Amino acid sequence: MKTRDLSELAVRNLREAVLRNSLTTLGVAVGVASLVAMLSLGVGLQTLASQRLTRSGLFDAIFVVSQHTFQGPRRAQAPDSSPKKEARVLDDAAWHQLTQLANVKEVYPQIRFITDVRFGGKSLSTSVLGLPDSSKSSGAFEGMTGKYFSSSGADEAILHVEFGKELADPPSSLIGKDLTLRYAERSSLPQTAAAYSSFLSDMMSGSIPSGLAITPREKTLRIVGIIESDPSAGFGGFGGARVFLPLQTAEQLHVAQPNDLQAIISAGASGATYTALTVRVRSPKDVPQIEAEIKKLGFSTFSLLDATKSLRLVFTVFDLFLGLFGSLALTVASLGIINTLVMAILERRREIGILKALGATDRDVRSLFFAEAGAMGLFGGIFGVALGWLIGSALTWGTTIYLRRQDLPGVKISYVPWWLALGATGFAIVVSLVAGLYPASRAARLNPVDALRYE
Amino acid sequence: MVPVTPLLKAERVSREYRLGEAVIRAVNEVSLTVQKGEFLALLGSSGSGKSTLLSLLAGFDRPTSGAIRLRDRNLSELNAEELARYRRDTVGMVFQSFNLLPRMTLEENVELPLRLAEIDRQARAARVEEALARVGLAPRKRHRPSELSGGEQQRGALARALVNRPEILFADEPTGNLDSTNGEQILLLLREIQDSLGMTVVMVTHERPLAEKFANRIALLSDGRLISNGVPG
Repeated sequence: MKTRDLSELAVRNLREAVLRNSLTTLGVAVGVASLVAMLSLGVGLQTLASQRLTRSGLFDAIFVVSQHTFQGPRRAQAPDSSPKKEARVLDDAAWHQLTQLANVKEVYPQIRFITDVRFGGKSLSTSVLGLPDSSKSSGAFEGMTGKYFSSSGADEAILHVEFGKELADPPSSLIGKDLTLRYAERSSLPQTAAAYSSFLSDMMSGSIPSGLAITPREKTLRIVGIIESDPSAGFGGFGGARVFLPLQTAEQLHVAQPNDLQAIISAGASGATYTALTVRVRSPKDVPQIEAEIKKLGFSTFSLLDATKSLRLVFTVFDLFLGLFGSLALTVASLGIINTLVMAILERRREIGILKALGATDRDVRSLFFAEAGAMGLFGGIFGVALGWLIGSALTWGTTIYLRRQDLPGVKISYVPWWLALGATGFAIVVSLVAGLYPASRAARLNPVDALRYE
Repeated sequence: MVPVTPLLKAERVSREYRLGEAVIRAVNEVSLTVQKGEFLALLGSSGSGKSTLLSLLAGFDRPTSGAIRLRDRNLSELNAEELARYRRDTVGMVFQSFNLLPRMTLEENVELPLRLAEIDRQARAARVEEALARVGLAPRKRHRPSELSGGEQQRGALARALVNRPEILFADEPTGNLDSTNGEQILLLLREIQDSLGMTVVMVTHERPLAEKFANRIALLSDGRLISNGVPG
């Protein structure tokens, strides 16, 4: 029998026992819906986590330090057998060199320093961090009180809420007010001091070609925002800061860094040097290759790529279990299909006999039952995907309401990608066809004489 | 005048059924020849084996022993698919209880053998129309079997049996569920089809008068055996 005729007959047969077939199809739909809802939850959470972590800059960032100042944990775990290169200082030349590497999106220095913050007669010591423009899209500033920096060189500050509480209550009242930073500025050593440096040189029996001067300075900044989360992890390295400035503003302060003296003593750098540079790459998959290239240049590196791999592993196992639980419902639904089709054979025994008497082959009869099972799978699959999407959307909606009540931004925890929709529908069809195997072959084997005798 | 060209031949055909330890021989070593274009009546009382013999000749069942040959082809040696094709292309079947599918209209019932034979849709409509016109049911084509009388249903079943233009038309007690008037009309129709199309008709009946009135030849069966085989009267 031609496929079109087969399909027409199958649909006609399904329509005739509409209630029973609808209930069976609904069973398949519920099974598919549970599968889709669970997997969409898994996919949604994974997507959410990946997006958040990627935007946080944790997984596309490589932290580069001079080998003088930092020995990365990777080095400790897997000793580099290659010949040791001479340690290099992180200066402007190194910065430029890192910028030229393929697939590098941006390179910026990590400017972090301890300073006194003066506000309303209070003086508190805290950690300050310069943030690059790209931190704006990290997600850390979603739901912040106030706004992000107006420009990359603005004399503005964003405070962590805990620090804000130490300055005023409520912290939001700080927005629009000024605070003063008191910090140590680094500058080139004047000529007379160079002579003193020469003296030091003699004392240490070494060669110091240059030196630096430390001068106390003050800088007034306008408070523009209060933030609850810590945006510094990926963008500024490790350890929380409590006052955040635009990176360019922080650079212009020329704050003395712990590495300044060490750089002068051990490598003889004459220009600006940096404690650490953050290299952000285009995709997390580029991290290992670029990290290796940077090491070849004579720097130490650290990235959180291994953590990403672990995260993927966790989500894969999570998805697997969600899929298994979802499939259980579909398995129960497939028993419904078997039951419906076996009952149909009993009820339609005479019809099968007539078809065979009229010349239907075993294959025609088998195909007809297969087509009916497949149709239930197809309709159940489509309806199930829609139902699963609705359940997922309801979960997202409920979660968003809950989060908003906690003054947190809403998130999409359920996501049905096209491959899940197609895969679940295909899976429903396959399960239905497998469920139809036994009834179909039983129907095909019926002897026309026996079938026609059946009342 | 009936030509004497053998079309279908049963050679010492037996069909046994097992019921526990007992073996029931429904058809016992029957040898019979069906000539092309004749109207043969298989006559016998209930349980004589006439319907079983018809099932074997129509390819619904296989004999336990013996051979059934369509010309030189032994039906017993055909596989399931070939036997289905024989039923589809060579045989038309009319049952006592009509056996129209209740969910389909008359038109769809008649179209069913054409669907199974994978005939093109355009050709189907004309052939269905022609078959229904032959039995006088063209105006009732959109009706379901439940909306037709017994005689109309049997005529519809006859149209379905004819639509594939078979060589042999088998009828198993075609008048069994009909009153005498309708029964006679059906047999007149069968006779008319035999005459006009030159079709071979094999009919099972237990009504001797009908067999004698319409058949060219009567084969009498009793307890599974062929008792007599000859021209009526």
